[in-house]
Amino acid sequence: MENLISIGVRSIFVDNMIFAYFLGMCSYLAVSKKVKTAFGLGLAVIFVLGVTIPINWIIQNYILTEGALSWVSPEFASVDLSFLQFIVFIAVIAAMVQLTEMAVEKFSPALYGSLGIFLPLIAVNCAILGGSLFMVGRSYTLGEATVFGFGSGIGWLLAIVALAGVREKMKYSHVPGPLKGLGITFILVGLMSFGFLSFLGFSI
Amino acid sequence: MSTVAEVVQEKKSEPLFSKKNRKLLTHPLDINNPITVQVLGICSALAVTTQMKPAFIMAISLTVVTASSNVAISLMRNTIPSRIRIIVQLAIVASWVILVDQVLKAYVYDVSKQLSVFVGLIITNCIVMGRLEAFAMGNKVGPSFLDGLGNGFGYGIILMIVAFFRELLGSGALFGFKIFESVGLHYKGNGLMLLPAGACIIVGIIIWVQRALNGYREG
Repeated sequence: MENLISIGVRSIFVDNMIFAYFLGMCSYLAVSKKVKTAFGLGLAVIFVLGVTIPINWIIQNYILTEGALSWVSPEFASVDLSFLQFIVFIAVIAAMVQLTEMAVEKFSPALYGSLGIFLPLIAVNCAILGGSLFMVGRSYTLGEATVFGFGSGIGWLLAIVALAGVREKMKYSHVPGPLKGLGITFILVGLMSFGFLSFLGFSI
Repeated sequence: MSTVAEVVQEKKSEPLFSKKNRKLLTHPLDINNPITVQVLGICSALAVTTQMKPAFIMAISLTVVTASSNVAISLMRNTIPSRIRIIVQLAIVASWVILVDQVLKAYVYDVSKQLSVFVGLIITNCIVMGRLEAFAMGNKVGPSFLDGLGNGFGYGIILMIVAFFRELLGSGALFGFKIFESVGLHYKGNGLMLLPAGACIIVGIIIWVQRALNGYREG
C-alpha cells in the first residue's frame, strides 16, 4: 500500500509528465489558453491514461513479452512478440479513445459538447503512449501500473490548469512583440518546471 | 495502379525542383518551421537534446518516418474512408517506427538506449500526424515526399541548435568532444542546461530571435 502511495505521489509531482518528461506538449501548449477548456482536456487525459495503461499492461504481460504466451500452450514459451509493442499499444489507445468518445456522446451529450473536439486528439497525445512505454520500462505490477496511470493523468491536469491560469493573466502584461504568444509561453513553462524541481527533494 | 500512373505523368509535366516544390523543402526551415511556427513535435525536441549525438539520430529517424509515411498515405489517400483515417495513419506510422527502431537497435544500440521511449514516441509526434492530415491526404506522392523531407529538416535544424547550446553550456562538449578542455580552459558544466527547464528557455529564446529576424508576430 505504501508503495502504491509513493508511486502515485511521484507520478503526480516528481515525475510529472509535463515538467519532467515534456510529454503531451503539443496539446499542452495549444489548449492552455482558457482554464475551462484546459480542465476538460485534463479530465479526459486522466480517464484515458487510467484506462489504457492497465489494458496495455495486461497485453504486454500476457501476450507480448518473451514467454508470455506460455499460458496458451507450452510450445509458445519461446515466442517473443515485443517488437509489435508500438503498433499494438497505439491501436489499443486509438480504440479506447474512439470508445470513450462514443460512450460520452451517447450517455452525456452535455459533456460531449464541451469536450468533443479534444477527445479524438487525445489518441495522438504523446503522454498516453509515453505512459504505456514507461510502464513497460519500469516493470510495474498491475496495481502499480493503474496508480501510475491515474497519477500521471492528475499531474498532467495540474500542469495544464496552472499554465492556463498564468496565461489568462498574462494577457494584461506587456510582452515584447517577437516574444508574444509561443515564445513567452515556452519561457513560462521553463520557469514552472523550475518550481516543480523543488519536489525532487521529496523522499517517499 | 492508376494513381501511380497519374503521378508519373504529373512529374513529367512538372520538374521535381520547380519553384513550388522547392518551397515545400525550404519553407519548413524558416517561415513555416514545424517547431517554432506550427508548434508541432515539441515533446521530443525538448527531451532528446541534452547531447548532439542523440539529437542528430533522432532528427534523421523523424525525417525518414515523416517522408516515408507521407508517401504511403499519399498513395492510399483516395481509398481511405475518412471516418477511420486516424487509425489507418497511426498503423502506417507505427509500422515505419518499428522499422526505424529495429535499425537503431541493430546499429547504434547505445544511442537507442539513450533515446529510450522517444523513438517509440515518434508515432505520436505531432509533426508526422500533422503533415499526414494537412498535406499527404490531399496531395500527390512527389510533393508529399518533399514536404515530409522539408519538415523533417526543419525539425532537425531546431533540434541541432538546441542541442548545440545545451551540450556546449551544459557539459562543455560537442558530439561528446570536450571543447573547452582541448584548448586548455577549465569549464564547469552548467547543470541548468541539462535540465528540461533549460531546454524550454532555450527554445523560447530561439523563437524570440527567429521572430525578431523574420518579423512574424502573434496576436
